Amino acid sequence: MNWNAIAAIYRFEMARTFRTLMQSIVSPVLSTSLYFVVFGAAIGSRIDQVEGVSYGAFIVPGLIMLTVLTQSTTNASFGIYFPKFIGTVYELLSAPISFFEIVIGYVGAAATKAFMIGLIILATAHFFVDLTIAHPVWMMAFLVLTCISFALLGFIIGIWAQNFEQLQLVPLLVITPLVFLGGSFYSISMLPPVWQTITLFNPVVYLISGFRWAFFGMADVSLGWSVLAIAVFMTTCLATIGWIFRTGYRLRS
Amino acid sequence: MKDLVRNALLNNKQPAATLGDSMTTILNVSDVTKTYEGGHQALKGVDLEIEEGEILALLGPNGAGKTTLISIICGIATASSGTITVGGFDHVRDYRAARNLIGLVPQEINLEPFETVMNSVRFSRGLFGKPRDDARIEEILKLLSLHDKKDSRIMTLSGGMKRRVLIAKALCHDPKILFLDEPTAGVDVELRKDMWDIVAKLKQTGVTVILTTHYIEEAEAMADRIGVISKGEILLVEDKDALIKRLGQKELLIELDNPIEALPEALASHPLTVSDDGGLIYTYDAQAGSTGITGLLADLREAGLHMSDLSTRQSSLEDIFVDLVKEDAA
Ligand SMILES: Nc1ncnc2c1ncn2[C@@H]1O[C@H](COP(=O)(O)OP(=O)(O)OP(=O)(O)O)[C@@H](O)[C@H]1O
Ligand SMILES: [Mg+2]
Repeated sequence: MNWNAIAAIYRFEMARTFRTLMQSIVSPVLSTSLYFVVFGAAIGSRIDQVEGVSYGAFIVPGLIMLTVLTQSTTNASFGIYFPKFIGTVYELLSAPISFFEIVIGYVGAAATKAFMIGLIILATAHFFVDLTIAHPVWMMAFLVLTCISFALLGFIIGIWAQNFEQLQLVPLLVITPLVFLGGSFYSISMLPPVWQTITLFNPVVYLISGFRWAFFGMADVSLGWSVLAIAVFMTTCLATIGWIFRTGYRLRS
Repeated sequence: MKDLVRNALLNNKQPAATLGDSMTTILNVSDVTKTYEGGHQALKGVDLEIEEGEILALLGPNGAGKTTLISIICGIATASSGTITVGGFDHVRDYRAARNLIGLVPQEINLEPFETVMNSVRFSRGLFGKPRDDARIEEILKLLSLHDKKDSRIMTLSGGMKRRVLIAKALCHDPKILFLDEPTAGVDVELRKDMWDIVAKLKQTGVTVILTTHYIEEAEAMADRIGVISKGEILLVEDKDALIKRLGQKELLIELDNPIEALPEALASHPLTVSDDGGLIYTYDAQAGSTGITGLLADLREAGLHMSDLSTRQSSLEDIFVDLVKEDAA
């Protein structure tokens, strides 16, 4: 393994993150606070409790997931798209590094940033609601795995994208709707039976459900399904990236 | 005259004499072809052998395939067929070992605008698996007269400085082979001379340099050998000194008061030919101690030929280059 190369990519990307730290932190903190005001205070006053948890607390895992999914995807897609766009990708292609090392560097950095933002949102949430986390280790595990798997997805998008519109398309058109419809702000059991069935095809449901279970010990689907869903998603992304580097798809002419 | 030199060049296909057995091949390109997705064949079976420590200038017009060839060797593009070894390592199977030996300065100025020079060079060194060594990087920056800019952001540098940053990035992992793809494109005269000095310094440290250029003058100033590529084919690779020496061949054109049809018997001992307009053409080596011109003039007078005018001409590398490429295009 070319560890120095992995470290170089990781440090380079993290330096970019820290250069724009204020932007990176202010906007998620602000939007999270707004969600609490709108959903927690306005709507929550009418919903009161969901399966024994106050509505304000109930939406915390979903809110974290919403931001973390978007952040890890966009960070990673931008991270690899930018060198392609300005042409510095020649360095990656001509260096003695394997595709796996490139992925660890870029995806690692993107996931780290998303993870930090997830923790910041959790801290922000504490100002608004009382939270006790039932299974903190599971909570962290879900958070880390989610950051990594969606950073992998973002990496694929960054390589696939040929312009900035395409780069923003997937997070905007796919991820945000999936998260909103994935039970961030409600329990699946609140839906009519037909919709409950349809929702089960949304992979994000399993993530949010598992994550929420880590917080409150209750879930829409069983924990095993959630873990399996992440594993399948991650494997699919890794396989796709492996194929990209073998064929040089949109990287090597 | 051009034909004369041209034939001399093209008949001399074996490696130049200065490359003795003691030298080792560091780069071997064997029958490499490249067809781009659109169907354009950019390389048509390129063979090239580079000796350790030499400087090769690859001359060729726009679209000849210079960048394509370099990109394939460095791993940025994939060859359609053929094999390449770098320091004996296959550039696909043993890509790590092969690429460790190579530094690449691309034709385009591709740099991260917001990074500092130092950070950017550090990143490159890291990519090649070398531990951080700022002292070594500063040495390289000094060599390139960039040291005072080490903490400047790249976007604040001039074009010539940016090009030098690219060179620093390529050199920071101490490669044995350096590719310079048009190092002096868009660079002023002074910086061009600087570039020549830099290449000379690199040569002293034993680095093998392969550079591409459109300028003959540049190839002459920097290279040990000169290759000419056009339309994806290498037309010739020649030792520069031998080339220049052959170019030392000059012609003396003698116009006569009374044009002649055939060469008089009395002048048969001289390397003379009769020109189309009935004058004489005398071929000689300008660098040789004795040109034989004095003797010739005496013999001319004796043979009763009266000269009306004299002129000399010399073919330049430029002529040959243009000639070769034109012929190839026809
Ligand atoms: N990515 C690509 N896709 C399709 N065709 C390409 C691509 N890159 C180069 N070509 C074509 O291949 C040929 C060789 O291009 P190349 O860039 O190697 O030339 P060059 O000798 O470096 O020219 P220049 O002196 O202008 O830099 C050209 O006809 C070019 O149009
Ligand atoms: Mg080129």
